[in-house]
Amino acid sequence: MINSIWAWFTDPVNWQGEDGIPHRTLQHLEYTAMAVLLAAVIAIPLGLWVGHTGRARWLVSLANSVRAVPTLGLLLAATLWLGAYIQSDLAFTLPSILVLGLLAIPPLLAGTYAGIEAVPPAARDAALGVGMTSGQVLRQVEVPNGLPLFMSGLRSAVLQVVATATVAAFVGLGGLGRFLIDGIALGDYPQTAGGAILVAVLAVVLDGVFALVQRGVVSPGLSGRRVGGRGKDSRSVSVEADRSSTDAPTPVAPA
Amino acid sequence: MKRMTSAVALIAASLLGLTACGSSDDPLASSSPTGSASAGASGGPIVVGGANFSESTLLAEIYAGALKAKGIDATTKPNIGSREIYLRALEDNSVQVFPEYTGALAFNYDKAYTGTDPDEVYQHVQQVLPKTLTVLDKSTAEDNDSIVVTKETADKYKLKSIADLKAVAGDLTLTAPPEFKGRPQGIPGLEKTYGVKFGSFRPLTGQGIVQALKNGQADAANIFSTDPAIAANGFVQLEDTEKLFGSQNIVPLVRVDRADEVKAALNAVSAKLTTEAIAGMLKETDIDKKDPKAVAAEFLSTNGLG
Repeated sequence: MINSIWAWFTDPVNWQGEDGIPHRTLQHLEYTAMAVLLAAVIAIPLGLWVGHTGRARWLVSLANSVRAVPTLGLLLAATLWLGAYIQSDLAFTLPSILVLGLLAIPPLLAGTYAGIEAVPPAARDAALGVGMTSGQVLRQVEVPNGLPLFMSGLRSAVLQVVATATVAAFVGLGGLGRFLIDGIALGDYPQTAGGAILVAVLAVVLDGVFALVQRGVVSPGLSGRRVGGRGKDSRSVSVEADRSSTDAPTPVAPA
Repeated sequence: MKRMTSAVALIAASLLGLTACGSSDDPLASSSPTGSASAGASGGPIVVGGANFSESTLLAEIYAGALKAKGIDATTKPNIGSREIYLRALEDNSVQVFPEYTGALAFNYDKAYTGTDPDEVYQHVQQVLPKTLTVLDKSTAEDNDSIVVTKETADKYKLKSIADLKAVAGDLTLTAPPEFKGRPQGIPGLEKTYGVKFGSFRPLTGQGIVQALKNGQADAANIFSTDPAIAANGFVQLEDTEKLFGSQNIVPLVRVDRADEVKAALNAVSAKLTTEAIAGMLKETDIDKKDPKAVAAEFLSTNGLG
């Protein structure tokens, strides 16, 4: 089995053209990016609002219940339903992105909300005390302080979407799922296994990339990494948070 | 650094997992020893398999019903998958009987085969089958692969045969099951025999294919010639003038070691099966959504087989 999988990976035919590994991987990344972007547009503002105001916390529980929706079933139903109204390939792309996006909303929303809520009340009070407006508190204190939790939410969203994006192949789209489905249809098990391995490797690599991004955007005062002459012992959160806001003016922009 | 180490550990662990199942080349093969023990040559129930489309399910029910009427213990195992999958199931004895098509079988075992005459194809199948498998009498019922388009597309490009697609196919999308892409009678065959090369290919299955053609996401589709969706949606079936898809008579494919047991019952079914009967029954299962088992039972009793 190992040998035939290896042979599949090393066959130059599998690295070329529309069916090639590079093109399928690129498609897979496109679906992932679109779905996470869609989820971010919805979940981040909502999470900021819930975290900042402390209102409508039930939204987070509601979003979490969405995790129970069966992705494949919803995808097939949505395709069947939308197919009658849309003539173009959008009839396949749109449901796929929607369903994958739905999957990314709960971790993103929970991460954003929890990040903001975990900001020490003392830091928030101090910021208000020095005369910051509510908006300034959000932008300069809560967002930078909430970044570590937000980033872990983003990473878990990306991981989940990239691992699930194989379902797009069920409705005739591309991506790495093609190798799984075509491999099964043709009884070509090395191709199926190869596709599965590619998805796993892609997920690990992407998580690594986002770990690096996290390292770059989170204030050193929060991550505890050594910066300049200052060591791990500087734990004065509010001071560090304040400092970091000048270092990274728009730290919330997702990569 | 800690994260780096855990990533390496994860990769190492997954590689170990792969090695653990590396002893066998074929996942299906691992189940064969237990499979053949329970349903071996020395009796045991007959399992009639079916492929992943409704006609095959229906035929499997008809075969099983006819066997049961003769007092033979028979069960069905429908939706096994595509030919590439179920032929292995027959060879490893997980199923013993399968409804098949003469041309498709001949092409499967002899990729270079080009015969199209029904009797010639049937004889060729018997020569190229593996030693463990044989075919019983073929029926006159035929179900061929076909390329269909909507009425509008046919009118727009003046399409009557597959050959007419040559000039326009570059702008069109074809939808078909994923395996159509690689089969010699699939996309490679269309290109070689007719010079027809579609602009894009959308792999779908079952009703998804019909829906995509109906809704306009695809311009042409690979649908079986007996599919009731063709008439129900007014699709136009393009004539296969070069006989790319050959002759596809329905025939029971059986294991040699069980052939004597099932021969009489299944040959009696083949004698009664016609293309019209199949098309009528498929309308009942696919359009009227009746249970294939009930439709099969009705066919058997009206023909004195059940």
